[in-house]
Amino acid sequence: MNYIYYPGCSLEATALEYNLSTQATMGALGAELTELKDWTCCGASAAEATSYLLSMVLAARNLALAEKMDSDADIMIPCSACYLNLRKVEDHVKQDKKLLDKINEALKEEGLEYKGGVRVRHLVDVLVNDFDPESIEPLVKNKLTGLRVATYYGCQALRPYVIYDDPEQPRSLEPLLLAVGAKVHPWEMGAKCCGAALMTTKKDVALELTGTILKAAQGADCIVTICPMCEMNLEAFQESISKTRGEDLRIPVLYLPQLIGLALGLSSEEIKLEMNLAMTDAFKTKIAG
Amino acid sequence: MAEKQIDFDIPVDGSDLLESVQESVRACMQCGTCSGSCANSFAMDFTPRHLWRLAQLGETDEIFNSKTFYLCSACYYCTLRCPRGLKLTEAMSALKRLATARGIKRHRQSSKFYEIFIKTVERYGRVREMEFINRYFFSLKDPLLPLEFVSLGFNLMKKRKIPFQLPILKPVRDQNGKVKYFEGRFERLFRKVEELEAR
Repeated sequence: MNYIYYPGCSLEATALEYNLSTQATMGALGAELTELKDWTCCGASAAEATSYLLSMVLAARNLALAEKMDSDADIMIPCSACYLNLRKVEDHVKQDKKLLDKINEALKEEGLEYKGGVRVRHLVDVLVNDFDPESIEPLVKNKLTGLRVATYYGCQALRPYVIYDDPEQPRSLEPLLLAVGAKVHPWEMGAKCCGAALMTTKKDVALELTGTILKAAQGADCIVTICPMCEMNLEAFQESISKTRGEDLRIPVLYLPQLIGLALGLSSEEIKLEMNLAMTDAFKTKIAG
Repeated sequence: MAEKQIDFDIPVDGSDLLESVQESVRACMQCGTCSGSCANSFAMDFTPRHLWRLAQLGETDEIFNSKTFYLCSACYYCTLRCPRGLKLTEAMSALKRLATARGIKRHRQSSKFYEIFIKTVERYGRVREMEFINRYFFSLKDPLLPLEFVSLGFNLMKKRKIPFQLPILKPVRDQNGKVKYFEGRFERLFRKVEELEAR
């Protein structure tokens, strides 16, 4: 299976391990990723807060580039915010021809045109729909037996576009986790908000949200995320949250392809486990079997 | 009503856009599902439901004095659940745009965050997280605020997640070949978008 791969800005820096483990794990599953050439920022949450047209144009530029590579391609995106921004353009131009014309007038500056081709897909959508858990099971070399995983889906991979999962009670990843031998931690936090960019602008509020999620994850061996923003918010402030709440809420937080990669026999070097901020020796011992 | 297209793409000079926000919540029946679904309503001065009522009534000052819309983390629960199918998360974004354009002082911290983020994109085409966050902290002129993030920065460095990136600005030269200024990656695209928006 072939995909155009859009990593996005965070995956070049703070979420580098998400980028490298996505490539390694998808490779191990037999998928071929071709990185989108000359990709640029999707606009994040900032473009929309500055200019609606700019938010459309920045995301559309990447779709136009992908279309030039292959107009019938699936573009796979691991970052939930990037995914939503590109998905929005795909959706909005279908409903509004005038918007598409305006976008293309701007894209002329870049020598590009977007015609509405290519399909925007989140990494999770690809993993759960293009790969059958039964076909993954024989590829498992390091069964994660007994590992209890709290699956955290966050917001923008689930909402507002309801594509591959229940937007409030997501469960799409469970067959995959069971296929690699893991157990699913039962909780109600899978689709709740981590606070996103509020961690920088209104830190107290975001800490309240992440604290609640970390608390509910107690009993699990790790949390698995599918978004660089969720990952950062959940793993980077565990010590101060634990101090404020007066209980130890520290827990390893992994990106989904890191965990799947481990099960497929990739080394912790290949999935960059040393880059995770909240990794513990106890966890490393446990996954070493 | 739910399927009606709402045009948020209106110049952000004030009343027009607010009218479009007003229009987008006109069908709100004040059921409060948005407030009950909002992760951050506990920290808001007005709940989302209350804010939409103020919008219906055209209470501009009260809306822009409120910090409610800057507390929206775009989780889309309200949009998902609204029984009238209103695009509430997008309406919150529209209010952020308006507040930024109006330069309202009490929202400086939030609006600076978005402004500086997008400036970094204009400069490089991609966000350079470290440069962005440093410029953001610097713009706030609050020496204590960055301290809350010092240990995180240190951790990220230790984990080698802060890449060293060279400037990639394009020199623009005069006819004698002397560098006049450096052009950002997206400077022309951004100017074009501004021009299209002003039309």
